[in-house]
Amino acid sequence: MKNMKVTKGLAVIMIALAVGFVSCKPKDADIKTAVEQAISAIPDAAGATIEVKDGIATITGEFKDETARIAAETAAKAVKGVKSVVNNGTVAAPVVVAPVEVSADAALISAVADAVKDFGTVKADVKDGIITLTGEIQKTNLPKLMMSLNALKPKKVDNKLTVK
Amino acid sequence: MLQVKYKEIIDTAGVSGVSDLQVREQDNVLYIDGTAPSGAVKDQLWAVYDKIDPNFVSGDLVLNVNVDVAATVTKVKVVTQSSNLNIRKGPGTDQPIVGKAAHHEIITLVSQSSEQWWLVRTDDGEEGYSYARYLEPVVE
Repeated sequence: MKNMKVTKGLAVIMIALAVGFVSCKPKDADIKTAVEQAISAIPDAAGATIEVKDGIATITGEFKDETARIAAETAAKAVKGVKSVVNNGTVAAPVVVAPVEVSADAALISAVADAVKDFGTVKADVKDGIITLTGEIQKTNLPKLMMSLNALKPKKVDNKLTVK
Repeated sequence: MLQVKYKEIIDTAGVSGVSDLQVREQDNVLYIDGTAPSGAVKDQLWAVYDKIDPNFVSGDLVLNVNVDVAATVTKVKVVTQSSNLNIRKGPGTDQPIVGKAAHHEIITLVSQSSEQWWLVRTDDGEEGYSYARYLEPVVE
């Protein structure tokens, strides 16, 4: 009789555990959907991936910036059923735009001299990478001269030429 | 915004096959760099530039689009206005003249030693550097 009671007790516990498991499993999936929905509203968080296990949400993937990464974590924490958030998201390296390369004056001076040599009425000065043109030029020759000068990597071309 | 002012140049470059296109703005100057597939495309970009900023007087754009010369090009035509083209010992107008090529003469392109100076050889065997502005690739 004693043994029967123990077996019955065990069965009750096992059923209770089973019920507990069954009620837990779809919950994680539901939480995952809810977290994904919350994060999808955040701009620049398109690369995020969510996993939920036992109410713990883990965020992975690449975010455009730190703001988006933190926003995703905050949004996930606010979802009902989320116990905690593990944020393994990374931030994309910023797009580095190489600065404009400007020729040194010494190199520029000789290259400009070569470029203007055939336009006797044009005077060119170079200072701090800026080419300043004075004098006069025929309209048909102006693009030719400007094309040559623009290819020398100047900071800018200050064109004060009188166009004939 | 200079990118707005010169949008038509950037757009034209995009649709006409300019490669390595780079558009940067720094200290109120816009820099457009790239490689054009032909001299005609480069001329077209400059025509648009002249239309937006007549005679290029604003000083707010550096348009550096070079023409891609295929490695298979071995002949170039001398496109001076009318005069002979100097062939020099080295790349620079301070270098001694070692030969001359006639207006519209077709000569051999040995190598493009820089964007500005190309190493050329005439049929008479004169070899040296000429200013690339006056040389036009001959497509065979």
